Amino acid sequence: MLDALTVATAVAALALAAWCGWAASRDQPTKDWHFIGMGVVTLLTAVQLVVGIVQLARGEKPEQGTTIFVAYLLGALACVPVTGFMSLAERTRWGSVTVAAGGVVLAVLEVRLYDIWGG
Amino acid sequence: MATAEKARLISGPGMLLVWLYGVMVVGAVSRSAVQISTEFGHAPLAYSLSAVAGVVYGFITYSLVRGGETARRAALACCAGELVGVLVVGTWTLVEPSAFPDSTVWSDYGVGYLFIPVLLPISAMYWLRRARSPQGEAG
Repeated sequence: MLDALTVATAVAALALAAWCGWAASRDQPTKDWHFIGMGVVTLLTAVQLVVGIVQLARGEKPEQGTTIFVAYLLGALACVPVTGFMSLAERTRWGSVTVAAGGVVLAVLEVRLYDIWGG
Repeated sequence: MATAEKARLISGPGMLLVWLYGVMVVGAVSRSAVQISTEFGHAPLAYSLSAVAGVVYGFITYSLVRGGETARRAALACCAGELVGVLVVGTWTLVEPSAFPDSTVWSDYGVGYLFIPVLLPISAMYWLRRARSPQGEAG
């Protein structure tokens, strides 16, 4: 369950990065549709956080420690919304680039999460 | 266009730099905090260096957000220091791996962080030097 969610979130994050990168290449700021995309990715990370905590509550242990696991889950949740707000403050193509960078960072976090959980 | 009192350093590409520096702050500070509090004796040098890197990243992020000429110069100096740090530590980890039982954020020039640690100061210095041109001067 958690592994499938991690993979799905990583793929969605990369898709978001590609989408916003494309907007940046066309010299466009982030638009409403992009924010819906960010919402979807953020929702995935929120579900991931809940599922992760439920797994911990059931007594399962992440391979590399609970503290690091929870820290990465929280970081993954915060990642895309933060860049979303930054793109609101920067209404140029550079706002789109920032969100794209946020998507890439989230994908990296998901890879690390996969290792930390020990999938 | 209204001229700000201080030169804004986070417009355009600066926003991307703030994000990447922010990520490095969280990465370096939280990593060293966990490692220092749980297993400091294992690799004290590596963990201390990560903590120092986190502080430097934090200061640069703060300077970028603050804006203005003083902050720009301070950030520029820190970026130069950061670049030196990455190169020295990166080389050090390659030449004498035994000094580092565990890796730092700057190990092998930041390979574990997609080489962002070595690319970031270079792009930041490029950006900060360009930002020096007086903004809002009537043409």
